[in-house]
Amino acid sequence: MDLSYTPEEEDFRARLREWLAKVLPGLPPKPRPEDWPGRRAYDLGWQRTLYDAGYADVHWDASPTTRLIFLEETERAGAPYVGANFVGLLHAGPTIAAEGTEAQRARWLAPILRGDEVWCQGFSEPDAGSDLAALRTRAWRDGDDYVVSGSKIWTSHAEVADWCELLVRTDAQAPRHRGITWLAMPMDAPGITVRPLRTLAGSAEFAEVFLDEVRVPVANRVGAENDGWRVTMVTLSFERGTAFVGEVVACRRVLGELARVARENGTWDDPERRRRLGRLNAEFRALWRLTQWNVSEAEGGRVPGVGGSVFKLRYSHARQELYDVAAAVLGPDALDLDRPWVLDRLSSLSYTIAAGTSQIQRNIVAERILGLPKGR
Amino acid sequence: MRFRLTRDQEALREGMRELLGRRFDGAALRAAAGAPARLDRRLWRELGAAGFFALRLPEADGGVGLGLPEAVLVFEEAGRALLPGPLLATHLAAAEVPGAAMGETVVARVDGGLAEWLAEADAVTGDASGALPVRSVDPLTPLHRVPGPAAGPADPVAVLLTAAEQLGTATRACELAVQHARTRVQFGQPIGAFQAVKHLCAELLVRAETARAAVYAAAVTAAPVDIAAARLLADEAAVRGARDCLQVHGGMGFTWESEVHLHLKRAWVRAQRGGGNTESEEMLAVELLG
Ligand SMILES: Cc1cc2nc3c(=O)[nH]c(=O)nc-3n(C[C@H](O)[C@H](O)[C@H](O)COP(=O)(O)OP(=O)(O)OC[C@H]3O[C@@H](n4cnc5c(N)ncnc54)[C@H](O)[C@@H]3O)c2cc1C
Repeated sequence: MDLSYTPEEEDFRARLREWLAKVLPGLPPKPRPEDWPGRRAYDLGWQRTLYDAGYADVHWDASPTTRLIFLEETERAGAPYVGANFVGLLHAGPTIAAEGTEAQRARWLAPILRGDEVWCQGFSEPDAGSDLAALRTRAWRDGDDYVVSGSKIWTSHAEVADWCELLVRTDAQAPRHRGITWLAMPMDAPGITVRPLRTLAGSAEFAEVFLDEVRVPVANRVGAENDGWRVTMVTLSFERGTAFVGEVVACRRVLGELARVARENGTWDDPERRRRLGRLNAEFRALWRLTQWNVSEAEGGRVPGVGGSVFKLRYSHARQELYDVAAAVLGPDALDLDRPWVLDRLSSLSYTIAAGTSQIQRNIVAERILGLPKGR
Repeated sequence: MRFRLTRDQEALREGMRELLGRRFDGAALRAAAGAPARLDRRLWRELGAAGFFALRLPEADGGVGLGLPEAVLVFEEAGRALLPGPLLATHLAAAEVPGAAMGETVVARVDGGLAEWLAEADAVTGDASGALPVRSVDPLTPLHRVPGPAAGPADPVAVLLTAAEQLGTATRACELAVQHARTRVQFGQPIGAFQAVKHLCAELLVRAETARAAVYAAAVTAAPVDIAAARLLADEAAVRGARDCLQVHGGMGFTWESEVHLHLKRAWVRAQRGGGNTESEEMLAVELLG
């Protein structure tokens, strides 16, 4: 067991740090949350900056440890998040890289890396959430096109996306998992209506997407017709244990700030609250070590896959506890939306829901790691 | 960064698991729980011969010359098997007390106002004067209360190796719960198919694996704050793990025959070492202020 980094890795870290110190002060001011065009431009601009410096494909080609260092250092330095680049860099891009044709890779990958195009993910539907394979959005062939009708929901960044990785049903008769197809849908195609949904935090982070006979070229299909479920699972297995690196680093910083606020406002003197802070310190230290463990597994060629579920379960609850403790430290200020952490507390509520709810993660852990039988 | 067990470390763990499986299996455990707690001195010497106590002593002094990570692995196995005896006290005394390293001498230790296995020990570290026997909640850990002022801060190595034992218990509790959930049938299906049971098992694993990362990392860095974190996570994983394991076992879990209660009781005993976990919580809180 070795927690030290190789000289090459340390060198990568040092150069990255130096570069971050140089470029971050020159970044434009962060746009306001409701300024969608501004956010798009900001997030793409950051990706472009990474591209120009040779860091764009760190999510794809770098070793897991290099990626860990990249995410750790960018977060430490306060660099922008992937933001609107999330689906392109972490879902659609890797899927196309693994399953797409030469022409598809040439068309879509470079614009993602260069920060030219934004992708969104159209998987969930009103009647297909945890049970994704129940999706009903239909697509049928008409010449060189698929014609798509149906609706998607909870589509993050739909308002500013150029492309949507879309799951559609192409065979209604086949068993559920065998009638699904993966399409790249241009978001400016006629027949698409995007209706923003307001989250409980007040902002519009995701949207409903209505599809009324939208034409998508057959050439935009990645993988074979009716093989979309497998194609999608490939994407999900791209997770190499680094999904939450930046966030864990950020949580640890927040925790430190929280302790200092507690010291100033006197809550520190209450042993109950002080020790709760201490326990959270233990929690996030452990999550950091678990990340390092998963990354080391990935380095050894083992895909953490379901190990990611263990991490996600623990982390999403820890994050919620962090902001609950923040509220305990803030007292009445925890009800003031202009105070730091109050909005974060609200958005932390999505962590046990998005990308597989905690209940679904527990099913996965129990059935795929522990080998417990599926229920009837 | 290679935060995984090396081949040698895997072999060490396998070796210890094999020795304990052979010399202290489930039947031996239940037999031990049914009789007054006596130390198996032959097994103690075998452990000594296998290097359990001399593990961290330099080879020049007749030790095995290994470090904390290896010690953590063998203590985890001992915890998993629920091996009785003052393992920690004897291991810690290996350099000072003659015969301890080879398992010839059994050493007890005063810790947090308690001493485990005092009557069976040949030597004691710490001041045990005025010690009074108590009716121990754990049938496999005889206890004395030791009066006197609280000692100074806990020895980090003792805290870490205790956390390793707790990790073993957490792992074992998960195994037992899963085994039972797979085989016990109610309403025409294994109870593990019921989500309420399934989710208890999933959480058992999540707590054990999170604690494992913390314990192993603390063994590598040996930093007191990492050790404090490992302790909190491992105590939680063991105590809550054993309780959930008990719940999964239903009425069987409430019996003396099933081994589940033994895991819980030992986890309680270990959680008291170093005077409980307040000190660790405080250390971790203060560390946040940087
Ligand atoms: C902030 C946010 C962003 C999102 N972004 C996207 C996006 O960009 N693209 C996209 O496609 N989707 C997105 N989603 C959707 C997300 O994947 C779904 O919300 C999630 O999968 C849950 O589906 P659901 O909302 O329909 O809840 P449901 O599946 O209806 O679940 C409701 C409750 O029932 C429980 N439940 C359901 N099935 C089971 C079961 N088998 N066992 C036990 N309990 C069960 C759940 O755990 C939950 O508590 C986003 C969601 C959020 C919150």
